[in-house]
Amino acid sequence: MARMKFLCDADRCIECNACVTACKNEHEVPWGVNRRRVVTINDGERDEISLSVACMHCSDAPCAAVCPTDCFTIRDDGIVLHSKEKCIGCGYCFYACPFGAPQYPQATNFGSRGKMDKCTFCAGGTDHSDMSEEEFKAYGRNRIAEGKLPLCAEMCSTKALLAGDGDEVADIFRERVTRRGFGGVKAGWDRAYDNKA
Amino acid sequence: MTTKHKSYISCPANMARLSLKVRPWLLFLILSALFVLAPINGQAPGLLLANAEQPTAKDKAVENLFNPSIAKEWKAIKEGKQGAVSIPDKKSAILIQPSGQQWRSFRTQTLVLTGAVAILGSLFALAIFYFFRGRITVKQGLSGIEIERFTFLERMMHWTLAISFIILALTGLNLTYGKFLLLPLIGGEAFAALTLAGKWLHNFFGFSFMIALIWTFVSWISENIPSKVDLKWLKEGGGIIGSAHPPARKFNAGQKIIFWLVILSGLSLSISGLSLMLPFEWGLFSKTNSLFNLFGFNLPENLLAVEEMQLAQAWHSLLAIFMVAVIIAHIYIGTIGMQGAFSAMSSGKVDKNWATEHHSLWVEEMRGKNQ
Repeated sequence: MARMKFLCDADRCIECNACVTACKNEHEVPWGVNRRRVVTINDGERDEISLSVACMHCSDAPCAAVCPTDCFTIRDDGIVLHSKEKCIGCGYCFYACPFGAPQYPQATNFGSRGKMDKCTFCAGGTDHSDMSEEEFKAYGRNRIAEGKLPLCAEMCSTKALLAGDGDEVADIFRERVTRRGFGGVKAGWDRAYDNKA
Repeated sequence: MTTKHKSYISCPANMARLSLKVRPWLLFLILSALFVLAPINGQAPGLLLANAEQPTAKDKAVENLFNPSIAKEWKAIKEGKQGAVSIPDKKSAILIQPSGQQWRSFRTQTLVLTGAVAILGSLFALAIFYFFRGRITVKQGLSGIEIERFTFLERMMHWTLAISFIILALTGLNLTYGKFLLLPLIGGEAFAALTLAGKWLHNFFGFSFMIALIWTFVSWISENIPSKVDLKWLKEGGGIIGSAHPPARKFNAGQKIIFWLVILSGLSLSISGLSLMLPFEWGLFSKTNSLFNLFGFNLPENLLAVEEMQLAQAWHSLLAIFMVAVIIAHIYIGTIGMQGAFSAMSSGKVDKNWATEHHSLWVEEMRGKNQ
């Protein structure tokens, strides 16, 4: 079975933030919660590079390892999902995640966290994966169930952001790198999929 | 490069004469053909005009300018290099945080193991002690005469602190061990509900713990200042190991140690607990480290917001585990470990003979006060 992966090509990302906007709009993510963000390294310098980052859906997911209530599920296709019914908002997954993916709406006073929210690879939730209204409210659109890929990558104007079967994504990237002759780093893949420190 | 091109470049004057003869539109056609053909030959038009076969250092610099490849930044990014984001959450400007893996192994391995060793070790040591020493009894037997040891307010204060601590300890331990011990028994749904309730209880009883802690500090500090009597008490092992009963005032050295452990650890647990409750606000460890660095240490002062939280969680949990191990011993000696001790905190009264054996100087003080 295909193993889903994200890949952001730093040599193509132009920091337009359309992926961020598309994600927020598609899933109606509340204010203050960013499932995807664009980080610009050396902003304003001549060697400026930008990367769009969200949950990388790691193989040996650190969030799942540290969760006190064991609320994470790793699907057969590698997509890491969590149950908002089981989440207690302790924040541990954020402390462990290399990519800063888990987000928390502020629930009450004292900055206390609500249930964690993160990128679902547009695959909805674990409690309801029935494309219901409840699923949409809790986790956003289930595009995977509709036979579509994550919207952030689908509408990326420079095709910097790729999403889908990891092998296909790697093939597209390899061909691209060979043709242009530079920039072969698969950003974050060593952390997310190779189980390296 | 073709000979045709070379001749054109080397003989521009000829070319100009030719174009004048043959009309300008032909020159335009030739130039167009040149620009169309040049890339097919594998040469950029610019390089052709510069007549360069090998890319020079300058060409490389120009290429780099338009080729800001991630490759040379990747190592720095993996070590937590900060970028810029356009969203309000500025801590998200870190692409990859370097210390998450270490915190993960702390939480899933170090803490689990340390905690088990500390708590089981404490229980085991007490079991061994009980086996050899048995219950410490009042040697002269109970006199039947009771004297007041703790007032109602003191007992209220103690039990507020004690109940808060026990609830905090159980709900805290559940976060570390519940997944292994309780979850398989009651199932995921029930365990999640229980743990969520546990989080609320932990947050709520944290405040009653803090109030009781300040209350205890204020009302018992004067009786817990170390003195020479304590040195003697400690030298004689407090009568716990031997059979002697060294003199003590209201609190003996052992109780004073418990007092200061509770006050200081309780304070540190409260501060680190509040910093966990108000995430990313305090930056406690950078501040503490800069304080230590004044005394010649070389600790990191510019920790990332997420590293602050990892350290706060690590410190809070380790200190809490340590205090659980200490309080288990405190509970032991106040209940099954010693005859006549528990009533001091339940009814507030103790037997006169118990008091004379354990707190001889205090009994004398009380007698002096009453006369």
